[in-house]
Amino acid sequence: MTRQEIYDRLLAQFGESVVAFSNEPFTQFIVIDTPAWYHIAQYLKTDPDLYFDSLMCVTGMDLGPKKESMEVVYDLFSMRHRHKITIKVVGPREDFHVPSVESIWRVADWHEREVYDMFGILFDGHRHLKRLLLPEDWEGYPLRKDYQVQEYYHGIRVPKIKPKKLAP
Amino acid sequence: MRDLRTEEMTLNMGPQHPSTHGVLRLKLRTDGEVVTSIEPILGYLHRCFEKHAENLEYPGVVPFVDRCDYLASMNNDHGYAMAVEQLLGIEVPERVEYIRVIFAELQRIASHLVAFGTFGLDVGAFTPFLYAFREREKILDLFEMTCGARLLYNYIWVGGLSHDIPPGFVEKAYEFLEYFEPKIKEYNDLLTNNKIFIERTADVGVLPADVAINYGVTGPQLRASGVDWDLRRDEPYSIYDRFDWNVVTGVEDMGVLGDCWNRYYVKILEMQESARIIRQALDRLPVDGDVQAAVPRKIRPPEGALYFRSENPRGELGYYIVSDGGTKPFRVKMRSPALSNLGVIDEIGAGWLVADVVAILGSLDIVLGEIDR
Repeated sequence: MTRQEIYDRLLAQFGESVVAFSNEPFTQFIVIDTPAWYHIAQYLKTDPDLYFDSLMCVTGMDLGPKKESMEVVYDLFSMRHRHKITIKVVGPREDFHVPSVESIWRVADWHEREVYDMFGILFDGHRHLKRLLLPEDWEGYPLRKDYQVQEYYHGIRVPKIKPKKLAP
Repeated sequence: MRDLRTEEMTLNMGPQHPSTHGVLRLKLRTDGEVVTSIEPILGYLHRCFEKHAENLEYPGVVPFVDRCDYLASMNNDHGYAMAVEQLLGIEVPERVEYIRVIFAELQRIASHLVAFGTFGLDVGAFTPFLYAFREREKILDLFEMTCGARLLYNYIWVGGLSHDIPPGFVEKAYEFLEYFEPKIKEYNDLLTNNKIFIERTADVGVLPADVAINYGVTGPQLRASGVDWDLRRDEPYSIYDRFDWNVVTGVEDMGVLGDCWNRYYVKILEMQESARIIRQALDRLPVDGDVQAAVPRKIRPPEGALYFRSENPRGELGYYIVSDGGTKPFRVKMRSPALSNLGVIDEIGAGWLVADVVAILGSLDIVLGEIDR
């Protein structure tokens, strides 16, 4: 199926929960209303025509304090039909809750934990949402654009990056 | 039997343990000698490569990518370079494509040799390790004569290569293939068909195909479960569609599909196939061409995002690169194959003895630099 066909299919099935669609080169994605994501994910995985059995990648994105939003991007692939789709959920920078799809694609378990670790996005329904790469007691979420390194960690001084070198 | 249960014990394997191939800690819950659950604790090598990448210009990311999977630096560079080239919409010269494939496949052999050698070590065979490193040395010599580095190359650039191959390289590469190809039989005699080795690995840690896909297991580990899937053939990138080679999948010679022995044996056969690709690429290598002809002065991709994946020795290496139109990437996410491959260990490792967990971990062929990034 082409991306357009997949989008039409989802639109017919879920209506308003499918918020936006873009099919330009390098901006190919479907935006999903966050609360509906779990059901749509289940549908994407189980429907025999879609059958997205492989979740390739889960990416967190912070669009910066100016745009006031964060995104989680899911890249899906079907090993049976060999088609691809990119799904996005968009939300606020603070207290952003996304339904976890860890029970649908087990690969999402660690990938969601990594997104939580780096961005502080909360995945509801995840069985053990805790930091993956950083220590449990680390402060802040490093991949946020306005991240400031904590001054001390267990009495050890954390070297500072000069503010001008931080991304805008 | 219930009365015979012993008290559950938590056992820490690592962070300093020879079988973890780096700094990984496995928290094992054991019932006697049987492991009931495995919880990997990651992050000992975390450098936040993705944050670094946001503060560097596109070509500056390449050395960081090198350091993620330090056993397959060439493949990492190759994937990153191709992803950025796609965003930019540039074509690289034929000669560059051929040289890239030659180096990527040499690197694949080198990486599989380490996997083969260290897997032998894990299950108690010391000699194969020495054989593997003897051959790997010759590949590293080839890399050294080309770009001066033996481990971290910064060789494959966006749009080209840092150096052309030196005079005499092609002859030396042929010489290496002549030397290497008969060695595979030696490995089989030494380890693959060794009775003790088969006892330790066949039928151990079986990973069924559907579980593998669900857990995002890719690469030789997935093919060992009988899934005929290789990005080099099924989503051909670079010039892989021009060569005659086979995708290797698991066999049921010693045990069942998806066991440790298969995960090991697929890598051995893949080395053979890589050697075939290298030979064809050397035969057809275009004589002329400037390898830096297509290297852009300033890299400023148009706004947009892209997920690009390629086949690394460990599986599907994906880059999700977001450009905001500037000279620095807005976001670089690396989907490292070893991370997803390791994620399955609790599923396939629980219920086995502690000694078998060592074999299962070894067969997954992890590199911690890439898991922790």
